[in-house]
Amino acid sequence: MKLTTKNISLEHPARREFLQATAVLTGAFVIGAFVPFAKRVYAASAGGPAAGIRDPNVFLKIGADNTVTLLSKHFEMGQGISTGMATAVAEELDADWSKMRCEFAPNNPALYQNLAFAPYMVTGGSTSMMESFTQMREVGAAARAMLVGAAAAKWNVPAAQISVHKGVVRHKASGRSAMFGELAPDAMRLPVPEKVELKDAKQWQLIGKRAPRLDSVEKTTGKAGFALDIRRPGMLTAMVSRPPQFGGTAVSFDAAAAKKIDGVVEVVQIPQGIAVLAKDTWSAIRGREVLKVIWDMSKAESRSTDAIVAEYRQMSGSKGLPALRRGDAAAGFAKAAKTIDAEFVFPHLAHAPMEPLNCVLELRADGAELWSGSQLQSIDTYVLSKVLGFKPEQIRINTLLGGGSFGRRGNPVGDWVAEVAMIAKAINGRAPVHLVWTREDDIKGGFYRPMALHRVKAGVDSAGRITGWQHQVVTKSIFTGTPFEGGAVKEGVDHSSVEGVVDTPYAISDMAVDLHNAKSPVPVLWWRSVGHSHTAHVMETVMDDLARTAGKDPMAFRLGLLEGKPRDIAVLKLAAQKSGWDRPLRKGRGRGIAYHFSFGTRVAMVAEVTVKDAAYKVERIVAVVDCGVAVNPDVVKAQIEGSIGFALSSVLRNQITLNKGVVEQNNYNDYEPTRIREMPKVEVHIIKSAEAPSGIGEPGVPPLAPAISNALFAATGKRVRALPLTLV
Amino acid sequence: MVTLNVNGKNEEMDVSPEMPLLWALRDRLNLTGTKYGCGRAMCGACTVHVDGEAIRSCSIMVGTVAGGKKKITTIEGASGKVAAAVINAWQKLDVVQCGYCQSGQIMSAITLLSKNSKPTDTDIDLGMEGNICRCGTYVRIRQAIHQAAKSLA
Ligand code: FES
Ligand code: FES
Repeated sequence: MKLTTKNISLEHPARREFLQATAVLTGAFVIGAFVPFAKRVYAASAGGPAAGIRDPNVFLKIGADNTVTLLSKHFEMGQGISTGMATAVAEELDADWSKMRCEFAPNNPALYQNLAFAPYMVTGGSTSMMESFTQMREVGAAARAMLVGAAAAKWNVPAAQISVHKGVVRHKASGRSAMFGELAPDAMRLPVPEKVELKDAKQWQLIGKRAPRLDSVEKTTGKAGFALDIRRPGMLTAMVSRPPQFGGTAVSFDAAAAKKIDGVVEVVQIPQGIAVLAKDTWSAIRGREVLKVIWDMSKAESRSTDAIVAEYRQMSGSKGLPALRRGDAAAGFAKAAKTIDAEFVFPHLAHAPMEPLNCVLELRADGAELWSGSQLQSIDTYVLSKVLGFKPEQIRINTLLGGGSFGRRGNPVGDWVAEVAMIAKAINGRAPVHLVWTREDDIKGGFYRPMALHRVKAGVDSAGRITGWQHQVVTKSIFTGTPFEGGAVKEGVDHSSVEGVVDTPYAISDMAVDLHNAKSPVPVLWWRSVGHSHTAHVMETVMDDLARTAGKDPMAFRLGLLEGKPRDIAVLKLAAQKSGWDRPLRKGRGRGIAYHFSFGTRVAMVAEVTVKDAAYKVERIVAVVDCGVAVNPDVVKAQIEGSIGFALSSVLRNQITLNKGVVEQNNYNDYEPTRIREMPKVEVHIIKSAEAPSGIGEPGVPPLAPAISNALFAATGKRVRALPLTLV
Repeated sequence: MVTLNVNGKNEEMDVSPEMPLLWALRDRLNLTGTKYGCGRAMCGACTVHVDGEAIRSCSIMVGTVAGGKKKITTIEGASGKVAAAVINAWQKLDVVQCGYCQSGQIMSAITLLSKNSKPTDTDIDLGMEGNICRCGTYVRIRQAIHQAAKSLA
């Protein structure tokens, strides 16, 4: 299948070839102060999938200074997963939290695959804690057992008499004790226990408590290492001039003026556009500014946003693919006492992480080394090996902290990694290349949350029960044409296009959902919470409209549709209680509820808004979350607060629009993220739970917009259905 | 040759006086704690101090601050009571998420607290207006500034 994006055409491999290309071991690598137990590492992973590898030698380095460093298979983009995984390890290891450290694991999917996306090395889908919680605890428990074993042998006492507490291994009867660092070399020579016993939740010392983030110090002193901070000897900075419309290509270019700029070294053509290489960033920026390029736009997107919406609207009236058929939606709708018929339009959205995309690539005769903040090391390995003609095991990836991502740093076609590879190839690897995108490149660069149009017809009977629900979704598929297609797309229905609708927790017995796959050269991508970023808004505002149509309180109406779902009910009820749902509000204020289930996690939000003429302000958000065991409650809280701050700007104003195919937005002036003055007061309540941990990076996004929309309706009696929400 | 006084040291470099200070700091002095976010004075990721005043280094030319008289301070050189209180509060409350905007946030917060030792929420909103955090850490930024103010009182 050929996947064409604005910047690159990549032949996507058959799934099997992709697996072979990515699941190989990338050669021996030495693990720090630990004995390089390469043999055991291979033995543990050779015979098939590495599911649940718990060999401490793969994941931990215990230093002579007693530090315990986790080699994190997950990328840290702010979500706090390094702290989370380290907590799980430290809990079972009975480690001293102040001695825990974190580094990123090398790109070796055989060892560091995401067990939820096996065999890929992937951070995404809010799966990290869910998939690694047991594994990381087992790693900790295995390491503990091995340290105890080493102490027992050394002291010649039974292992059962040895205790471990905060990084100290002790034999009470003989009064002997040792720190981890001293025992580690012996411990790591012991066999990894076949079976380990994990603590009962009641014994947890760290899980469920506040553990300070492992990255706070480096990130408050300017020392944190992002890809943009990488400096290699002789490195050149590259900026790419890309076609002004998606799908365009460069015909020719004139580099004379660019080459006159001090610091500009070279100008080369690559499939994605024209690259200017310079000795520093500023020279690269100026060189690109004066570069002249002739573009061929014959195959490019040339429509404007209005025309695309009109086309989507037309599609919504035709027959789509059956994404869900339950009961008889049409008959149910026909027998309703009262009905609503609503259309929703959602714009393209850019992720706009604070650190623009960038990475450094160094070519050598026998391979290539990449420095990048990336969610998909497996993809990057594959893309680099294809473009450069190396075997996957010749590609070394140094994962660095990401200055935000929200999905953008996880691209199944590896757009920016492909660019840097093409540039390095074009200059024959003469110098390390630092590809840097400016903010303008980022805003205009595509891979947006896809536009979507929904049309819902739903009705209630005289008792206030939903009798029928007919739902049309028009959007462009994210997963089609990617290596993840097999798991996500069934008979043309990309689950991510309809998630949050087809799997709604509400009891709707007669429901039909149709999907219409839109086509466009505008490349799209998962954007924090993916399909839920639009479906939750539709479901939860329609829910409110139906409640009012039926003359019911929106909270009571929802509770009535969740019978037999105690976890969902508990979340809503706590939200009602904490928000003072029944307390009246001053005039000009409105309160709205929204509830959504995504990534295994349940989140309810109650928004309070004030309205003055056409302006509104979100004053307060009360959020209740059930994400199973909250490994680090403070990180969970931070993710909900952050999701609100992140998503609020797309409620207030953000949208990417096209004018004859050209993106109209440029930078933070016309694609402005939330500012501090706009940030509401936020209260987060976490349901205490013994269930397995579920996602937390994304589930805070979906309920925000509908909670605000419902609050605006409560305040004004006006229903705004299109996002961003503007009262006019 | 241009002389810049950065973090208490005079640094000589061969750059055009028109180069934005941000790139001189990052690409010439390797002071990478100061970040690029927009290049157009809209996000504050590049905030440094010039004689104690928070400025956007992406939008000021090297020539404007050259000569060694103007004292430039970056996150790497942030020191003193106020800076320590701010950084400490930031760590205590785990304000950071991705961390990319935080050098700039901290530099702006230091200036704010140096001028106003007891800022209200509104003062904070005004003083921090120019610093975007895409991760949305604003709730904790407010809390941390209050906490730093308290610890300085
Ligand atoms: S980079 Fe200077 S304000 Fe954004
Ligand atoms: S912490 Fe990520 S942008 Fe502020």
